[in-house]
Amino acid sequence: MEASVQEKYDYIVIGGGVVGAMIARWLSRYEGRLLLIEKEADIGMGCSSANTAIVHAGYDPLPGSLKALMNVRANPMWDQLAGELNFPFERRGDYVVAIGEEELPLVEKLLQQGIQNGVPGMMMIDAGEMRSRERDINPDVSGALWATTGGICDPFQVTVAAAENAVINGATVLLNTKFEDFIWEGNRVIGVKTNRGDFYARWVINSAGIYSDAVMHKAGVRPEFIIKPRKGEYFIFDRAEVQIHNVLFPVPSSRGKGILVTGTLHENTIVGPNGNVIDDKEDTSMTKEGMDELLDGAKKLIPSLNLRHSIANFVGLRPMGNGPCYTPGINYNNDYVIEVPSSVQGFVNLGGIESPGLTSAPAIAEMVVDLMKDAGEEFVAKKDWDPIRPGRPRYAHMTHQERKLLCDMDPRYARVICRCENVTEGEIVAEIHAPVPAHTYDAIKRRTWLGTGRCQAGFDMTRVVAILARELGVSPFEITKRGQGSEYLYRTTKDVEVANVN
Amino acid sequence: MLIKKQYDVVVIGSGPGGLAAAIDAKKSGADDILVIERDVELGGILLQCIHNGFGLQTFKEDLPGPEYAQRYINEARTLGITFLMDTMVMDVTSQRRLYLSSRDFGYLEVDAHAIVLAMGCRERTRAQVRLPGYRPNGVFTAGTAQRWVNVEGYMPGNKFVILGSGDIGMIMARRLTFEGAHVERVLEIQSYLSGLSRNYVQCLEDWGIPLQLNHTIKKIMGKNRVEAIEAVAVDEKWNFIPGTEEVIPCDTLLLSVGLIPENELSKKAGVALDPVTGGPFVDEHFQTSVPGIFAAGNVVHVYDLVDYVSMAGSEAGRSAAEFALAEKARAARYIPLVPGKNVRYIVPHKLDKKALEKGDISLQMRVTRPIEEDVWLEVRGDENSIVRRSERYVRPGEMVTIVLKPKMAAEVEKTGKLTVDIYPKSEA
Repeated sequence: MEASVQEKYDYIVIGGGVVGAMIARWLSRYEGRLLLIEKEADIGMGCSSANTAIVHAGYDPLPGSLKALMNVRANPMWDQLAGELNFPFERRGDYVVAIGEEELPLVEKLLQQGIQNGVPGMMMIDAGEMRSRERDINPDVSGALWATTGGICDPFQVTVAAAENAVINGATVLLNTKFEDFIWEGNRVIGVKTNRGDFYARWVINSAGIYSDAVMHKAGVRPEFIIKPRKGEYFIFDRAEVQIHNVLFPVPSSRGKGILVTGTLHENTIVGPNGNVIDDKEDTSMTKEGMDELLDGAKKLIPSLNLRHSIANFVGLRPMGNGPCYTPGINYNNDYVIEVPSSVQGFVNLGGIESPGLTSAPAIAEMVVDLMKDAGEEFVAKKDWDPIRPGRPRYAHMTHQERKLLCDMDPRYARVICRCENVTEGEIVAEIHAPVPAHTYDAIKRRTWLGTGRCQAGFDMTRVVAILARELGVSPFEITKRGQGSEYLYRTTKDVEVANVN
Repeated sequence: MLIKKQYDVVVIGSGPGGLAAAIDAKKSGADDILVIERDVELGGILLQCIHNGFGLQTFKEDLPGPEYAQRYINEARTLGITFLMDTMVMDVTSQRRLYLSSRDFGYLEVDAHAIVLAMGCRERTRAQVRLPGYRPNGVFTAGTAQRWVNVEGYMPGNKFVILGSGDIGMIMARRLTFEGAHVERVLEIQSYLSGLSRNYVQCLEDWGIPLQLNHTIKKIMGKNRVEAIEAVAVDEKWNFIPGTEEVIPCDTLLLSVGLIPENELSKKAGVALDPVTGGPFVDEHFQTSVPGIFAAGNVVHVYDLVDYVSMAGSEAGRSAAEFALAEKARAARYIPLVPGKNVRYIVPHKLDKKALEKGDISLQMRVTRPIEEDVWLEVRGDENSIVRRSERYVRPGEMVTIVLKPKMAAEVEKTGKLTVDIYPKSEA
């Protein structure tokens, strides 16, 4: 990958979240050199890896907003996308559950909003039906909106798969590469300055997520636009103890869609998020208050939930922007910005892509391409563009017979490194050498689900660090959890003099 | 080394419980014993417990963990027990079939007359104590840090705070101090020590490491690597007491907040678990709710001394051997019924030879093709014909029955299988 790094490109995407990865994947269909830069040690380390993993039906966003338009346009794209990119996706449907009679009208209003947004396949179900579909539901349930087109995915794999597909089709992904400024020729953006040198391109696309405001300000675009992180805290539950199959929303409030209880494709149950607006864009800390808030919220839907069975928590910062509504005249100020600003040439500007951003990502990518066409870009489709990103074996999900065949072929797959999630050395090595390589512990974790189980890496950590060091040909001291500054090891034992000097 | 399809006793785990179980199963007469270990060496967690304090009950000696384990390993090797290392048990059924994933032998199926579960326990993690704050590198369980230091030979930090006064945490406090690290503090949310008093004296007090009872962590600070923790005093209901917060700079937080029996495999086998201990319900022989599946050591409940784990392992091993031998003897009494010439199938499929002493046994079968002339229906042993009768014809639509009589018991006793042939008398 590094060998193909050039100075001159046709397209540069700033930011390797799910939106940036999807844009790269869409652009990789066309002739031209494509570069995606990401400031972190892996793609998808921001909001894309800390969300609820839901492909939303589209009844929630305000009618007329770009959020609603993108959501409803993107939702049907997911079946083909999952098939082409080989990531886990299931159209399980979702429920907005009314607890107590007084919440029923709110749910019915949501149904009307969905119809207005053009969401197909929604209906109201009564309390008895909801109880029969989720046996642990609050007995005070009064009814629910059932949206059949809702789905769940593995958002880590979505981002990785989209970026890998771009790489397979000739794109370059540069990690640990931080945008610093634009390079100009008059009012035309002709490149970006980064911590790893200057890169030139005919088009630069801002998909910098929570920092998209800072990037667009460097382009002199929308000086009034700011991103406020909306902090979402989550709990993950042990699948051996808690089994919730459905996607259950409470009735939404002004602060978002509320605290969900939902099954995941890894069969864990997750609870969250809350949605407190904060100032610090790096504040991914879990709070005591947040934990209490989550438990209270979750118990409203599933009263039997016991935090004793929680095995992990995480925090995602959703990039809430103050963009005006896409449809003029509607009083709404948290809409997506997706535009080719008239004041700057060669620049596509995105901002405020919060939820339903994961769902919307393929439609956003499509819209970016269309906007560039409208601005005069003449795309030439690649004759040999390959829509398929091959999946890789997942030992835990295989039958006995499949495992036997795989182990006979490559004995590294027979060596289980993560005891709870049954991830093997073969899978880890494959990810380290994948088209978008995983070079940190967390990068492997996101791709394989290793270390996420009930022992939370207690068993695999020392082994994974050793495998990473061996495969990358570096010392274990250089192996990190999530990039520079998150190393595991300080020195060897018996090196007491070194310790005292420090 | 050849891995067999069938073992008398399979022991899962080669820690103190598993080693003792394997040894005593062998001494109690079980022949084929397989011990499965997921690590590359035998001994389980004892290998990283290089401190002393092991074996005072069993050997009347004060041994370090690896030496304690080695005594059992040596004995087991002398007894000819088979060990399969770097191997994970992926699945166990209640019929005592195991699916193994082994770096050296690939994916294997093995059957056992008896199983001893000896998977030990695992440490409680950060999520179970729900620590607020960031999720940087540098938050490790005490046992993981112990592996880094004592097995891998690396220091995972220089400046430590330890949460929880469990034994592993206190032992690591001393161990890290030996290695030149600074252990700033041990915090314990309860009003009393959770580990052994002797460990408090030898590992904390003697080294001037402060222990703060009724204290916990309010926040972990540092985005990429731990930079500090915020300690706070708690009341008797574990609520934070405002104004008692104290920021302690450190690069590593160790958690020694309890152990949980590791029973994911037990659940797969259908073993019922006690919600209080987290381990299987067992009888006085350590047999679980599934006949032929035994459990020993920390997988049942968390012990304070390794010597008691070994004793439990021995008992489970003896019981498993007894079960396995009875099961093996019962299995040996059975011979298969083999469809021979023109026989499609026979019910029953196998026969308890002893059952014939009690009365008639009728064999029911269907033929493959019709024979419209006089036929012989013949049951043969390995060498001799045991019974033969005639019919005027046989047809697939009509079931055929042959009755074995008690007088044939002596002949049946000698044979390893019974074959039934149906053929025209003209071909006899």
